[in-house]
Amino acid sequence: MIKLNLKKDSLRKVNELLQNLDQKSNDRSFKIINPDGNHAICAGLKEEMDVTIDGHVGYYCAGMNMKADVIVNGNVGTGVAENMMSGSVHVKGNASQSAGATAHGGTLIVDGDTSSRCGISMKGIDIIVKGSVGHMSAFMAQSGNLVICGDAGDALGDSIYEAKIFIKGEPKSLGADCEKKNMNKKDQDLLKSLLKKASIDENQLTHFKMYGSARKLYNFNIDNVSEY
Amino acid sequence: MCGIVGLYLKNKKYNKDLGKFLTGMMNNMSTRGPDSAGFAIYSTERKKKYKYSICYNDNNIKEIKKNLSKEIKDAKIKIISDHFVLETSLKPVKVISIIKSYNNLNLVGYGNSIEIFKQVGNPRDVVNNFSLKNFSGTHAIGHTRMATESAITTDGSHPYSTGEDECLVHNGSLSNHNNLRRTLKKNGIEIKSQNDTEVAAGYISNGLLNKKSLKETLIDGLKDLDGFYTFISGTKNGLAIVRDEIACKPAVVAETNDYVAIASEFQAMAHLPNVNKAKIFEPEPGLVYSWGK
Repeated sequence: MIKLNLKKDSLRKVNELLQNLDQKSNDRSFKIINPDGNHAICAGLKEEMDVTIDGHVGYYCAGMNMKADVIVNGNVGTGVAENMMSGSVHVKGNASQSAGATAHGGTLIVDGDTSSRCGISMKGIDIIVKGSVGHMSAFMAQSGNLVICGDAGDALGDSIYEAKIFIKGEPKSLGADCEKKNMNKKDQDLLKSLLKKASIDENQLTHFKMYGSARKLYNFNIDNVSEY
Repeated sequence: MCGIVGLYLKNKKYNKDLGKFLTGMMNNMSTRGPDSAGFAIYSTERKKKYKYSICYNDNNIKEIKKNLSKEIKDAKIKIISDHFVLETSLKPVKVISIIKSYNNLNLVGYGNSIEIFKQVGNPRDVVNNFSLKNFSGTHAIGHTRMATESAITTDGSHPYSTGEDECLVHNGSLSNHNNLRRTLKKNGIEIKSQNDTEVAAGYISNGLLNKKSLKETLIDGLKDLDGFYTFISGTKNGLAIVRDEIACKPAVVAETNDYVAIASEFQAMAHLPNVNKAKIFEPEPGLVYSWGK
């Protein structure tokens, strides 16, 4: 394992090293110490590698991630794994707002809570939050899955497209066009595989409810013409 | 954008380090607000003495010191950069009218406990100019400003103090401040600048004058103040933080047995002792948190 110390090396130097990892390199395991809340740590990684960050980090940690597996032993700021394409990010603490925003793929696991707008405009990512999420989570979520083991704040799934939300607790309120759905066998298998990814007991499965789009906002409703 | 910070010490052993800790917090928030900076330091209340923090601008400070010492017999004057702190037992009504009789002297704040300083420039330079690291005290608030809705001037810098031992810093902007300014002025609250935050500070002063607590006033503010904001407000008893219900403006709190640190970003507090063992959380939207005696 290669140790990188952000007290000694600049953030740019550390990020450039990870972003430009030689495809042929066999040294693919890194540990970053003293992150001290710096922003954009591990942003833009595009090779398979394991990176463990020891401590709390700032905004956009592992943003745009492709292929890399990043573990944060601490809390993360705004926009962790935003626009992730593939790979995984595992946050052992809490996450701030917009966790996994606009991400196309990969897996984001948060052991604690996330604040508002978790999975906003998500486009294919799997997000598993072991705690609760804040308001406006899964806003305009297009594709992918958001699993919430705790509760959700106001307006869960507002204007949601085809993403799926699984929640064990209760949403404080639902957003426009978000409704409770019946879970079929396929959905249950999907949830089972998601729980497995985050090492959550599969027996918890029956406690979850599923939410998705009522698809009433997809087409213009002529009855509303007088509103415009 | 703007950066806001607050530090409330639970353990007296850190009182002497308050300025040093706040310096690090302000420096680390200079990226969020490079235009101007300011801070308020609360130290142990001296019941019969008042401290007036005054910006003397381009005035000849020696002459002012001489004249003020003649008018106020027990005046003690401490000059720091373009500010001075006047300490006296004379009552505020009298002292404020004396200060107003001078041209171009701005009273930044006053009280039994508070000292308050603000200046245009990069926060790193501002905290150096005022030697913030040498200050001791019980709690403090700081602000680094990225100007949006009013000019880059000392008048437009935070913290704002519109009442005895009160101050407010703000990250965000208010949309109904003109209306509120008119209402508050009718109620006798003095608001000097065109800045939105000063109106919010006036709103808090008005609430406290009506015998409400800081917490109650901030809860009322959730309905009356329209816009987006994270506020940190201080009184001689402690600090409070509130975020509007949409919560676009960030805040993070780290609490240990020794202190409570509040900042826009975690990196502002990464240098504080044992912060990695602190209870760290984001204040929930629309909830008021307060610490104090």
